[in-house]
Amino acid sequence: MTQAIHNLSRRHFLQGSAGLTLGLALPAFAAKGARTATAAGSAAAFEPTPFLSIGADNSVTVISKHLEMGQGTYTGLATIVAEELDAAWSQVRVDGAPADAKRYNNLAFGPMQGTGGSTAMANSWEQLRQTGAVARAMLVAAAAKRWNVPAAEISVRDGVVSHAASKRKATFGELAEAAAAEAVPATVPLKDPKDFRLVGKHAPRKDSFAKTNGSAQFTQDVHLPGMLVAVVAHPPRFGGKVKSFDASKSKAIKGVVDVVAIPNGVAVLAKDTWSAKKGRDALAVEWDDSAAFKLGSEEIFARYHELAQTPGLIARKDGDGDAALAGAARVVKASYDFPYLAHAAMEPMNCVVQFTGDSLEVWNGEQFQTVDQGNLAAMFGLPPENVNIHMLYAGGSFGRRACKDSDYVKEAASIVKAAGTRAPVKMVWLREDDMKGGYYRPQFHHAMEAALNADGSIRAWRHRLVGQSIAKGSPFEGFMIKDGVDGLSVEGAASLPYGIPNLQVELHTPSDITVPILWWRSVGSTHTAYSTETFIDRLAAESKQDPVALRLKLLDKHPRHAGVLRLAAEKAGWGTPLAKGKPGERRGRGVAVHESFHSYVAQVAEVTVQADGSVRVDRVVTAVDCGVAINPDVIRAQVEGSVGFALSAALHGEITLKDGVVEQGNFGEYAPIRINEMPKTEVYIVPSAEKPTGIGEPAVPPVAPSVANAIAAATGKWLTRLPFRSDELKA
Amino acid sequence: MIQLNVNGKPQRADVDPDTPLLWTLRDSLLLTGTKFGCGAGLCGACTVHVDGQPTRSCITPVSSVAGKKITTIEVVDNSRVGKAVQDAWRKLDVVQCGYCQSGQIMSAVGLLKAKKNPTDADIDAAMAGNLCRCGTYVRIRAAIHEAAKALA
Repeated sequence: MTQAIHNLSRRHFLQGSAGLTLGLALPAFAAKGARTATAAGSAAAFEPTPFLSIGADNSVTVISKHLEMGQGTYTGLATIVAEELDAAWSQVRVDGAPADAKRYNNLAFGPMQGTGGSTAMANSWEQLRQTGAVARAMLVAAAAKRWNVPAAEISVRDGVVSHAASKRKATFGELAEAAAAEAVPATVPLKDPKDFRLVGKHAPRKDSFAKTNGSAQFTQDVHLPGMLVAVVAHPPRFGGKVKSFDASKSKAIKGVVDVVAIPNGVAVLAKDTWSAKKGRDALAVEWDDSAAFKLGSEEIFARYHELAQTPGLIARKDGDGDAALAGAARVVKASYDFPYLAHAAMEPMNCVVQFTGDSLEVWNGEQFQTVDQGNLAAMFGLPPENVNIHMLYAGGSFGRRACKDSDYVKEAASIVKAAGTRAPVKMVWLREDDMKGGYYRPQFHHAMEAALNADGSIRAWRHRLVGQSIAKGSPFEGFMIKDGVDGLSVEGAASLPYGIPNLQVELHTPSDITVPILWWRSVGSTHTAYSTETFIDRLAAESKQDPVALRLKLLDKHPRHAGVLRLAAEKAGWGTPLAKGKPGERRGRGVAVHESFHSYVAQVAEVTVQADGSVRVDRVVTAVDCGVAINPDVIRAQVEGSVGFALSAALHGEITLKDGVVEQGNFGEYAPIRINEMPKTEVYIVPSAEKPTGIGEPAVPPVAPSVANAIAAATGKWLTRLPFRSDELKA
Repeated sequence: MIQLNVNGKPQRADVDPDTPLLWTLRDSLLLTGTKFGCGAGLCGACTVHVDGQPTRSCITPVSSVAGKKITTIEVVDNSRVGKAVQDAWRKLDVVQCGYCQSGQIMSAVGLLKAKKNPTDADIDAAMAGNLCRCGTYVRIRAAIHEAAKALA
């Protein structure tokens, strides 16, 4: 299908630049309706690196090692390559890479491939600039040879290579084969940013077309010859097991092919989804709950509140917080409760697996390539390279598809194993399976105390957090957990930027709470930004200082925090009077600033609180500094979306357990915001020459605290339980 | 065997009468542009047109639409309004993950066929049944106004 090019200098380039080795096969995509013609069809005449292939048909295909789950990574990565290549944006396509840590590892994660932590742009920036520049140099060298002119006289623009003096021109496609024969240059110059034509400009999304005519391929859309669909009955409690089951009624349903016990339940395999669902619903299963988790959310909170009375492990200690608090004239205290949250991506978890005898073929919205590959290989006793993962679009993820122990992927494979079938099997979780399936943002409790001096300055700050560890049991455990403190639990709290002389952050990590948990868009900052940014506002109120002025005073060593804060405040009209609401309405404006994943975001929210306590968020103004803005419109889109995503959690989001059973099952009980709840959004990007950082997550954390601070400004009430409860805000 | 009229073509599906239209479209006719999101009529990802009306196909038994005209995202650009909505979606880069967008577009087309120049309140009322977890609502609203302008 594709011609790999092997030469020594090329090997040197690939190894030298990014620790990559050769072995260039484009991702095979066998499912119906491959999403681009390039991978399946046209010959790649020129593949300068594993990230790019140029076809004789003049197509430029960027190979994305990262999952496109909505965050715009296919567009952002392509923007980088096309910039240095000087390609025409219209000739650029994007295809998903196969799982292969040798070629496609995430440079921020170590020797593994995966997408997360808002790292795609940050870890690809140099790598893909090199890719584009190397390919461009080889195309130029090929043209110079063909036209017998000096390479220095050749220019490239919008996918056309030209020599002005001799008026000769050639497309990339015309030069691709010759370029492939050129030696890979050891070093290539990268563009001066002032010459950028795509980076920082408008380059439309690469996935808009297919996602607006129904042709984009998600895992849910895979249909293969002979494919079976599996729907699973899961135990009602985490850690439950099947005691016995009766499948006679299921097997009587037309279309049902097999019913098998798997480690996490009973799977019904059928010829189509609806038959599988009916078969699943007709199962009679007796569950063994003897080892299952049986506590409820309130009992978990009760334990956490008790733990918070005692000192935890130290996550950060500047000065002596305990002593400073003990001797303080004025102490302010607050405690916060955060519930479990489901990712609830629009596409419920699913995965297609086929065992061929000596390999596994997997089709998945694949976010954690080499982790899943390794786990599946171990299950089937195969070498990892025999697990071929075909990465499809994911219908959202928010972290869920990067499961630390490959839960749903392994479940799909366990069905194939239990059924002993060579047919491809598409495991489909229905919405309730997805929502009750665990791997939530962990429930957390925070207890905070601060001491104020007589002049209102903050003398001490103590922040105690209680919650389960996400890193435990993940591939990141080794470097994320230091001295018992999971960095993912305290990020945003231990990294508090404010200049406070006595600062202490402590953590309790209960190990007897065994609800499965996972990173959820912006991870620890989902709760730490809330507690820190509402508590600082509270201290501003206690000491009668303006919240923006107080923050700026405490941020003198953090210019990027201060930069976004000033910009958001200015654009939102901070300090100017807010238009009054209708009679009975209370209005307020609030601010928050937070850094996560090396990006800095400040938000100003305006809210209206009704007499009945219901909250309408009217406007959210965001200022963001994420270094070089590779694709500004994608950045704006991510911020807009983050506002909606974060508001869903702040206003409604809550997964609760009763006797170990999850109480929510569908969008009626777990309600993301709808269009009528979406505020006006404005997004401002700080011009920056710093290296690009991420934007998929960092705009989530400041939303809830800025809204809470606005509610406090409107009502005088400080909300400390998420989601917000209208009965606390009645007039 | 149920006789259907899908996207202007007669189709036959060998499914039980209680099978939701959604699964008939997706699994029998391989029209996978219409998405499964909740199975309960709560998210709108499965929205299609039945005799021109936006309908949640996940809670519509296929037997109830026999003989009616079913239109899915795959041919949305066959109508003038559908084409304008699709174009506006592309012009403003509304999509993120894209999974809900077939349903969003079908609901938006239904709105614009009923109301040429909808207000924000009209949009909220017509589109509140369509969830977007990525939060593309700002652009959905803008794209509907954009399409209305193009159609004027």
